[in-house]
Amino acid sequence: MSENFFEINKLSVGYNKKALIEDICFDIKRGEIVTLIGPNGAGKSTILKSITRQLEIINGNVVLDGGNLKDLSFKELAVKMAVVLTERIKTELMTCYDIVATGRYPYTGRLGILSYEDQEKVEAALAAVHATELGGRDFSAISDGQRQRVLLARAICQEPDAIILDEPTSFLDVKYKLELLSILRGMAKENNITVIMSLHEIDLAQKISDKIVCVKGDRIYRYGKPEEIFDEETIRGLYEIDNGFFDPLYGSIELPRPEGEPKTMVISSSGKGIKTYRMLQKENTPFIAGILYPGDTDYQLARLLATEIIEEKPFCGISESAMEKARAAMKRCDRVIYAGADIGTYNKEILDLVEEARKEGKLEEY
Amino acid sequence: MSKDNHLGFRNEVFRRRCRYMLVFAILIVAFFTITVLNINTGSVNMPVPNIFKALFLREGTEREMDIIWHIRLPRIIMAAVLGGALSLSGFLLQTFFENPIAGPYVLGISSGAKMVVALVMIVGLKYAYTLSSYSLIIAAFVGSLLSTGFILLVARRIKNMAALLVAGIMIGYICSAVTDFTVTFASDSDIVNLHNWSLGSFSGMSWSNVQVGIIVVGITTILTMAMSKPIGAFQLGEAYAQSMGVNIKIFRVLLILLSSMLSACVTAFAGPISFVGIAVPFIAKGSLGTSKPLVVIPGAFICGAVFCMLCDLIARTAFAPVELSISTVTSIFGAPIVIYMMIRKRSRI
Repeated sequence: MSENFFEINKLSVGYNKKALIEDICFDIKRGEIVTLIGPNGAGKSTILKSITRQLEIINGNVVLDGGNLKDLSFKELAVKMAVVLTERIKTELMTCYDIVATGRYPYTGRLGILSYEDQEKVEAALAAVHATELGGRDFSAISDGQRQRVLLARAICQEPDAIILDEPTSFLDVKYKLELLSILRGMAKENNITVIMSLHEIDLAQKISDKIVCVKGDRIYRYGKPEEIFDEETIRGLYEIDNGFFDPLYGSIELPRPEGEPKTMVISSSGKGIKTYRMLQKENTPFIAGILYPGDTDYQLARLLATEIIEEKPFCGISESAMEKARAAMKRCDRVIYAGADIGTYNKEILDLVEEARKEGKLEEY
Repeated sequence: MSKDNHLGFRNEVFRRRCRYMLVFAILIVAFFTITVLNINTGSVNMPVPNIFKALFLREGTEREMDIIWHIRLPRIIMAAVLGGALSLSGFLLQTFFENPIAGPYVLGISSGAKMVVALVMIVGLKYAYTLSSYSLIIAAFVGSLLSTGFILLVARRIKNMAALLVAGIMIGYICSAVTDFTVTFASDSDIVNLHNWSLGSFSGMSWSNVQVGIIVVGITTILTMAMSKPIGAFQLGEAYAQSMGVNIKIFRVLLILLSSMLSACVTAFAGPISFVGIAVPFIAKGSLGTSKPLVVIPGAFICGAVFCMLCDLIARTAFAPVELSISTVTSIFGAPIVIYMMIRKRSRI
């Protein structure tokens, strides 16, 4: 058995024999979590549908667990791979237990009657997604978040080697998103199940995935480990963002910084300025931030939101040149906001700066 | 806690089984009651003891024997068999189109069958004195497939369920128009037969009809039962069914063939019958409290049998000696049920 569970070679996918995305190549190891990201309509679902054989492959091939995907019967495929799809299913008089039990399909006999063992597995799958109490409820009468968990339980119940999920987190609130992803994480790492999914939330994709596939245009834009993919350039290029910023460090997204000549200065450190930055951002007021050390929490955000940062080298006392810059900036500004700072032996000059602002009557304290 | 839930699920399974058994028991009792009632009632009333004597001991006056064995019994059996077939055909179409108000009548499948049977009857009777039951079934089957094919073409282009139903109703009208046209220009002697039949009726069934009906419907029903597992998977939609290991292409073809065969058989013998295909599966699912095919298929079958026998009894006796067409009665009971269904599920259609 080769180490790679999935080998995708020069794959072309699309509808009605017309290729939308060509030359897709990547390998997936057992137990890896691979996430497809990319703009809406880029073809993430098309790729997922092709590797699950819902769409015919146009060119190239997919090797699954050592065998060619095309040569597998649907029955053989069903024990290797389970899916959670975006399309909503209409059910009639089916309890969640019934839905999960359909996962046992490849293992039951001619008439599909559940054995005692099958029933245990259904219950275990419900428990794995913390949905035991939903078992007896009608599937059409539960919330979207609950449905998504039940459908995941259905996939687990199928005991596959790989689970393919198409945008599993849409419709879910934050709590359920985190819960769903941590269940997936657990499955991948503890049970060695390969997870392939598409996600809209790039911040979550960065945090959960072992590999990232960026889909854009008619090619795979980038493929690699999240550390390699998540830099500002790639994300901005992938989503063609020109009206905002992506912070690769925390995976957060910021609106663009206010334009114009800054008339406001914010003095802070150690994360105390963040609230003020955001407030000014919302008011669309451009501002100068200082005096900050790179590596300070405030610095990370100021980098994206402030028009100008007055900075000092890390772990050094505040130099005269930095003070001069700060004083010059203060002169240009109509108001100076002191948002609070942790003051130590190296940066006590900050307080002098605040004092000077007070004297000039520009100080506002928060 | 997990132990409690464990027991909870077991109890649930047990509770469900009890419900199934109760519903089936009621259906079977209803079936036999209506059978006896049906034999009993008519222009000649038959006392119950005489019925049993005639049925099991084959004793009775010649007239009683004649009425029971040659008129009422074949008719009742046919009403039961074809009613079951119709209801089952509706259930299959609803599964196929993922639409609770799909049925052989609304989708124009019955009308398609009727059209081809009418053509075959008129042309066929010119060259032969009689047409065998099998040839009528084949004609109806061809007609059913014709309509279904058209519906599938529409369904491919339009995913909207309402549009699909409209397409079905339209093809129904076209087929009926062609049938009426043919009937208008047919010679008089053909029309008498054709007219009764085209309105829908269980009257005038012979034992040879019964034999053919039981064989065809029986085999189709058994095949359908054997497919209950993939049908159950298909209830979650095509994509999920495929991911569970169902070969969708083959499955779809089989499902269409089975449902067309069932409705073709009904149309060949009794003409088009409305609403049974929608209303009865709905009642069956509702009373069984599940949509599991393994339970619903036999449930819908018996339910359809009882429903059609009851409707036939009313058609025969309500305005005796004038006999109503069977569709008149099934519509009166079936249409309100369908309307109720739509009101209850308006959000999901």
